[in-house]
Amino acid sequence: MLFEGTAFELNRIILVRILSTVVLVTLFLVAARRARLVPGRGQNVAELALDFVRVNIAEEIIGKATARRYIPLLTTIFFAVLAMNITGVIPGLNIASSSLIGFPLVMAVIAFVAFIVVGIRSHGALGYLRTTLFPSGVPWPVYIILTPIELISTFILRPATLTIRLLVNMVAGHLLLVLCFAATHFLFFEAAGALKAIGVVTLAAGLAFTLFEIFIAALQAYIFTLLTAVYISISQEAH
Amino acid sequence: MIATTLVLAAEEGSGSLLLPPFYDVLWSAVCAAIIGYVFWKKVLPVFTRILDERTELIEGGLKRAEVAQEEAAALIEQYRAQLDEARLEAARVREEARAEGQTILAELRAKAAADAERIVQNAHRQIEAERKAAEISLRTDVGTLATDLAARILGESLSEDARAARVVDRFLDELDENLGAPVEAPGADSVRGR
Repeated sequence: MLFEGTAFELNRIILVRILSTVVLVTLFLVAARRARLVPGRGQNVAELALDFVRVNIAEEIIGKATARRYIPLLTTIFFAVLAMNITGVIPGLNIASSSLIGFPLVMAVIAFVAFIVVGIRSHGALGYLRTTLFPSGVPWPVYIILTPIELISTFILRPATLTIRLLVNMVAGHLLLVLCFAATHFLFFEAAGALKAIGVVTLAAGLAFTLFEIFIAALQAYIFTLLTAVYISISQEAH
Repeated sequence: MIATTLVLAAEEGSGSLLLPPFYDVLWSAVCAAIIGYVFWKKVLPVFTRILDERTELIEGGLKRAEVAQEEAAALIEQYRAQLDEARLEAARVREEARAEGQTILAELRAKAAADAERIVQNAHRQIEAERKAAEISLRTDVGTLATDLAARILGESLSEDARAARVVDRFLDELDENLGAPVEAPGADSVRGR
């Protein structure tokens, strides 16, 4: 570890995190600098990715009228999570930099703050609390049950699930890959005789899980962004 | 390498999975801030601008095409009108030419008729003049011929100059009296009267 004992401690995961940040930022800055009205091949890919967030997440969930304000936030979340996730399958890095709780937590806090701010802006602080904790259209005794549930689900479970879902997906993926490849290594080089053959199976499983992890990396980024958009949309609408 | 990974994973997993060390949160926040800043301020404005420009370009292009089409339609209408006008003009010119041709033809015909009339009159006049000339010359010839004929018939008796002159004078007087009558008549009368 670098700078051990200070607030700026750097272990391998943090280094990978910084690296993926630099690569992501560089890629998009280059794409933005070279961006022309008539796109080239690279710009097409960049626009495809940005349009995915803009059209398929923001405009579809929040609605075309107001989605534009939240596109920067959602785009940042999507690409940050994707970049941190994808390092898990990049040879030489081999660890998702979102598999340490800090990153999912920071992302979840950003989403949490975002949907609360949107709610307060749309309904005022008291209005937001009222629409969230006392949804209209139910007889008042139901609030005895409903209000605690809403309180927990909105202000505790939402950020907690966002954090834990991303974290454990990445940790589990990393463990699976480590298990498969470590087993392959052991079976090929240290196991005796016929046991070596089983190494082929574990190697194949490792390759399959690598492909699966690529899918999961994109899927978790999509889910995280999608849920943020959903929470913003719910905060924005009156109940 | 893989063994190292395992060891590292074990090391990193030594704390609780769900309790973040402060440096983890700090670096996460720094990375998130950098990514957020770049997307918010640098990347998305560029792509948004390009997207808007492209939309505008396409809309502008469509509008321009529409205008061009309208212009073309107007031009075609104008050409068609001009063509119709030209066709009418051509018909009018043809009609005029035909009328003019007929006038010219009529004029020529009249002129030809006048010419013919004049030529006929000239011929008549010439014939009259020739007739008169012939009459005058005949008048002298007839005298000589009659004298010759009379001399031949009467022989010597009329060869005397005085008598002969008298006979001829009388004959010519008779001819003068009958001026305008056919040439042969006085001669024949005088011959028969003898």
